[in-house]
Amino acid sequence: MKALMFGWEFPPHILGGLGTASYGLTRGMALQPDMDITFCIPKPWGDEEQSFLKIVGVNHVPIVWRDVDWEYIKQRFGKVNLDPQDYYDFRDHIYADFNYRHVNDIGCIEFSGRYPDNLLEEINNYSIVAGVIARTKPFDIIHAHDWLTYPAGLHVKSVTGKPLVIHVHATDYDRSRGNVNPDVYAIEKNGMDNADHIITVSNLTRQTVIEKYHQDPSKVTTVHNAVEPLSQEILSIPDKKGVKDKVITFLGRITMQKGPEYFVEAAAKVLQRAPNARFVMAGSGDMMNKMIRLVAQRNIADRFHFTGFMKGKQVYEVLKASDVYVMPSVSEPFGISPLEAMQCGVPSIISKQSGCAEILDYAVKVDYWDIEAMADAMYSIITYPAMHEFLKVEGKNEVDNIKWEYAGQKVRHIYDQLLSR
Amino acid sequence: MKTICFYFQIHQPFRLKRYRFFDIGNDHYYYDDFQNEEIMHRIAERCLIPANRMMLDMIKSSGGKFKVAFSISGTALEQMEIYAPEVIDSFKELAATGNVEFLAETYAHSLSSLGDPEEFKNEITQHKNKIHAMFGVKPKVFRNTELIYSDDIAELVYANGFKGMLTEGAKHVLGWKSPNYMYSSCVQPQLKLLLKNDRFSEDLSRRFNDYSWAEYPLTADKFISWIAATPESEQIINLFMNYEVFGSLHPAESGIFDFFRALPRFAADNNISFSTPSDVFNLLKPVDCVTVPYPMSWADEEKDTGSWLGNVLQKEAFQKINEISERVRLVEDRRILQDWNYLQSSDHFYYMNTRHPGGGFSPYDNPYDAFNNYMNVLSDFISRVNAQFPETIENEELNALLTTIKNQGEEIEALQKEIEKLKKKATKEKKVK
Repeated sequence: MKALMFGWEFPPHILGGLGTASYGLTRGMALQPDMDITFCIPKPWGDEEQSFLKIVGVNHVPIVWRDVDWEYIKQRFGKVNLDPQDYYDFRDHIYADFNYRHVNDIGCIEFSGRYPDNLLEEINNYSIVAGVIARTKPFDIIHAHDWLTYPAGLHVKSVTGKPLVIHVHATDYDRSRGNVNPDVYAIEKNGMDNADHIITVSNLTRQTVIEKYHQDPSKVTTVHNAVEPLSQEILSIPDKKGVKDKVITFLGRITMQKGPEYFVEAAAKVLQRAPNARFVMAGSGDMMNKMIRLVAQRNIADRFHFTGFMKGKQVYEVLKASDVYVMPSVSEPFGISPLEAMQCGVPSIISKQSGCAEILDYAVKVDYWDIEAMADAMYSIITYPAMHEFLKVEGKNEVDNIKWEYAGQKVRHIYDQLLSR
Repeated sequence: MKTICFYFQIHQPFRLKRYRFFDIGNDHYYYDDFQNEEIMHRIAERCLIPANRMMLDMIKSSGGKFKVAFSISGTALEQMEIYAPEVIDSFKELAATGNVEFLAETYAHSLSSLGDPEEFKNEITQHKNKIHAMFGVKPKVFRNTELIYSDDIAELVYANGFKGMLTEGAKHVLGWKSPNYMYSSCVQPQLKLLLKNDRFSEDLSRRFNDYSWAEYPLTADKFISWIAATPESEQIINLFMNYEVFGSLHPAESGIFDFFRALPRFAADNNISFSTPSDVFNLLKPVDCVTVPYPMSWADEEKDTGSWLGNVLQKEAFQKINEISERVRLVEDRRILQDWNYLQSSDHFYYMNTRHPGGGFSPYDNPYDAFNNYMNVLSDFISRVNAQFPETIENEELNALLTTIKNQGEEIEALQKEIEKLKKKATKEKKVK
């Protein structure tokens, strides 16, 4: 079974949860002995792990024929850890004259690999290149991760006629609290309408897909995300907390979707009863300055700390120093971070409006708007050691049994069904 | 006969280093030594040393007629001692001429006059002692941080034993009145005030090097002629500014030094003298009183305190330091008290202002950054203060306990002395026997 996957992020260079989920899922699927995955990303950096799949860098696929020396290509592809032979294979399958487009010296389009202002243009370029990849690589099924790659998936489907699976990691309803961007919605809807099957990361998202995008429920299946077991390196990070106080943490982008203001309001309530608690808001985002002002207005700034953007190991340093993890997301398709917190032995409070609430039993669940309940849960976890210990131990057991391997099997089952149709 | 009263402000804060959440409880050193040293060196080289040399020359060549006043904050003096001791020497030389007056202010150039009278008093005393120790003079005239003044502050300043104070001649306070007279405070008529002449001061500190200004280039001749052209009865022109106009705000190439050197000659031609604030207070009588219900300063268009305590961030940070101050006064740990001083500097609050886009002199990227960093430091500081004494004891009770301990200590000491005396007596008596 050969799958051609389109993604936008891949660890270690990730900007959000999409990259982590792409990595975990492909790794879990690769455990199946006959599974062969080719994963396309806009801009590889060369340090991606390729032991279980093959990475194709979309910015290294030519769409315009150029006469280039083997040694030069070898040196250039070597930098980002790609196979130079691919270049010549791809070059033999250029399907139209793209001379009018802006390309570099080897006939490839440049990508930022991030979420730039001209994102729609990058998405379009990505699907042009996908046409070349589809004509070159052999595969049985197409799998597109998130709306950015739906157009590429559709293009490849129309070229090859192979079945298309799209994987909904988030919808624009989650990102915008209901005020969807019509351009994004159109791309999402078009992708879903023309896909052979839709995978959602939670029942919550499945419901959105069915209700807001008007999809046939039989075409939509939920495959919950999982977590990679933590490496020894991460497990051995010491707790660097310098204070004896209990630390309650919010970790994530500080945006409307994540509900940071509810965390601040709950913090103010907790501090009235437990003046020794400390709160950390780790991450950055467009609502950060507003949150700093809110904290100042509530007079809790000496107990409420902002760390700014955290990456890689820093994330785990923050988790290790925490006593409670809170994710008050207003709408979260899945939300992998509470699972990571629980792996580190940190009790989690999550909103009922997040997808991971569907599979977690040993996390406290509250409505995102219910700051009283949230404050109550925070207070009891930091005040009653038994509560903390119970959630710590049971929570860790629970997440240790949520494995990508099982998620991979579910996806494989969907592939098999589609191909036997 | 008119007189010009020059006063220059010199201040440097101890800028904070990047202090993260993880540093709280682990690291108790808060300062960016590299940056502080670099800035001090630069200012000493470009401004303080050449300007002091010029002042000394002017005093000598004018035969003692040229006079100026300085207000140097305690934190600036400390930084000079550490990084540029030659500057201290040149100030000592100036002090020795007798033509230079040093003014009193808050030690750390703080905002305590707006929030904490007790702290205000302590800081003034500290600053007075510092000036006395360094230059051998006792300051008699007060100048508050950034010329901040209100009726409440007038009472405080008078209660601290000052008869004269410098402040801003803000339009919204004076109205039709001229700043070129001496005034007194309406709530405390014993406190005399010298008000800054905003136009002439800003001509030097702001517009001197401005190519687009209609009067550019400004010459000493022209400047003195403007002053001479003020009405006959207006006797005193107060020119208050930051000492950094020399070489820092206006580079030496702008001609600011030469402009200044030429002033005494033209002033003498026009029968205009130079005086220190104390001279003026002895010489003149107040013509009227001014009332200032809301605090004013010399900053910005608005001449208010909005640049330091304008937004919620600044108010929150200021409230937090005022909440802890009573506790800090019970502490005797010298490092805590030193940090306490440095954290008072108004600059930390200025960096949090949202009025000047880009921050203005701020070492931070934005005001929110400044706030986060300051609050992290303050948070560590508060936990150190709280670690000194059990938190459950109220300040008053603690104060009483500490007094008891102190009194008992003294009592024990006295008793021990008596024992020794008696012992000696006893041994003597034995010998005699």
